[in-house]
Amino acid sequence: QKVSVEVLDHLEHLALVDFRDSEGVERLQKAIQFADQLHVVNTDGVEPMDSVLEDRWCLYLREDNVTEGNCTKELLENAREKVEEYFVAPPGNIPLPKLEERDSFLQGS
Amino acid sequence: GCPKRGLRSQVSAALKEGRVTPTELCQRCLALIRSTKFLNAYITVAEETALKQAEEAEERYKRGQPLGILDGIPIAVKDNFNTAGIETTCASNMLKGYISPYNATVVQKLLDQGAVLLGKTNLDEFAMGSGSTDGVFGPVRNPWSYSRQYKEKSVPKSHSEDKEFNWVITGGSSGGSAAAVSSFTCFAALGSDTGGSTRNPAAHCGVVGLKPTYGLISRHGLIPLVNSMDVPGILTRSVDDAAVLLGSLAGHDPKDSTTVQDNFKPFELPNLTDVSKLSIGIPKEYNAPGLSSEILALWSKAADLFKNAGAKVVEVSLPHTRYSIVCYHVLCTAEVASNMARFDGLEYGHRSDAKESTESMYATTRREGFNDVVRGRILSGNYFLLKQNYEKYFVKAQKVRRLIANDFVKVFRSGVDILLTPTTLSDAAPYMEFIQEDNRTRSAQDDILTQADTCAGLPAVNVPTALSERGLPVGLQFIGRSFQEKQLLTVAKWFEKQVQFPVIQLEEVKRHDNDVFHHQKSASFS
Repeated sequence: QKVSVEVLDHLEHLALVDFRDSEGVERLQKAIQFADQLHVVNTDGVEPMDSVLEDRWCLYLREDNVTEGNCTKELLENAREKVEEYFVAPPGNIPLPKLEERDSFLQGS
Repeated sequence: GCPKRGLRSQVSAALKEGRVTPTELCQRCLALIRSTKFLNAYITVAEETALKQAEEAEERYKRGQPLGILDGIPIAVKDNFNTAGIETTCASNMLKGYISPYNATVVQKLLDQGAVLLGKTNLDEFAMGSGSTDGVFGPVRNPWSYSRQYKEKSVPKSHSEDKEFNWVITGGSSGGSAAAVSSFTCFAALGSDTGGSTRNPAAHCGVVGLKPTYGLISRHGLIPLVNSMDVPGILTRSVDDAAVLLGSLAGHDPKDSTTVQDNFKPFELPNLTDVSKLSIGIPKEYNAPGLSSEILALWSKAADLFKNAGAKVVEVSLPHTRYSIVCYHVLCTAEVASNMARFDGLEYGHRSDAKESTESMYATTRREGFNDVVRGRILSGNYFLLKQNYEKYFVKAQKVRRLIANDFVKVFRSGVDILLTPTTLSDAAPYMEFIQEDNRTRSAQDDILTQADTCAGLPAVNVPTALSERGLPVGLQFIGRSFQEKQLLTVAKWFEKQVQFPVIQLEEVKRHDNDVFHHQKSASFS
């Protein structure tokens, strides 16, 4: 089955990257087809594995002591747009347009 | 006679005895980097800081107080490790110009021991790929393309510049690091390994490539691809050197909660003479589709080598091997989708000029910053993580992962100590041929031999074994039990001694600087 246009659009919104062209969509189709090979494997009664270290190691919480910080200058250095100690972003809560309106909105390179 | 690579007390001893100074060593390496620029192994060469580090090392040697065996030793680091004050790009537009504010733990450890950081090496963009051909700074060329061994076997062409067309890839994604070590511009390099990215280029470039057990070496500062599989990799010219690097890097890091808390004790490798107590497993599924008959024969010869030396050599089965690539594909893209979410242009990295909204800025930034391969994986990953697909794909892959890991557990429990497998399906392909297929297909084909043990988190090492008919390196892989690097490397060292892999005869380098080449050729540092 082909991936529906709605799902493609949904993915672009979630991932905030675009397929760019039919080749990108084709790439996804192939990736799904490839992944479908998993379904022949019998995994009845098998628990999913999060980490190979599950037996060996307990994720621990360290003591809540401040050990480092005060690095505002370093953290801001690599940001392109900032004001005082703030990272500056364009206005939020403006959703990306739907697929139909897309072409005029994203003036990407 | 010909200096053997596995001998300790080469460059380190030379430094200690004052036969060569750290600054001389550093300058020679920098000169060699310049004259091998066409390899495109380095993205950034940190000449000033390297010389300064070398001078400091020299002072310590003069006082008779070197920090250890790595003091003054030139090394290179793959450009996906953060290095304070030095650009870290991951070979991507997304991080061009990004100057790390901190050192990755492994980098810090090396610097603390006096290693001289020559520069950052080239890779596939964000370590996604098996050719080191898909980065924004262009592909890395395998130094063996310019070796006498390869040229002798090449069909002579009419024009003199045809060598440009015949050059072969390094493999990937740590191709720059492998090329740097292979061409003598450094004594060791850091790579990263998620699906074979250290071992694959090690095999193609004729160097030792070690992927330690997951959880042994800190990933703090390694820009992540797959958090549950990534491991810093070690590339050197000898197994002994790999053990030295491992000793200086392994151990719990409070900044990386996935490192085990056990105390790690650095070790020296014994010179194994009796292999009769060893049991070597040959997994039959690693006779994979596409495996060249040449490598199959070499693998078989290696098995016989162990057998004739008295070891027990048995065929074993890892039945879920062929699903490891699919499993990896789903888990990798899913984790990548999550890990790449941090690149939004706000705090660091590339930022687009879009000002209409935060979302449009994010979207165009990522569109401009990532190449097709990266974007493709992000989109696939997001697909597998959709609510309607989560169980079917992501959780399913996690279950298959357990089956793969269990395969190894069963085999090691049956009395096998070490597994012996090929590392790659064939020797290095010419670049023009390699780029005919797209990245994902290539990775799927090439990773098959180095993938499964990453799913299981096991240590594995590529040992250069012989030259192919085309005069290019072929390596074989040893896979060991979790945290049993000492046993793994001991066996690898024995094998290295048996096969006596030839030294690369670099014509290009010889022509440019006879003296430099001569010194580098004979030295492993440990």
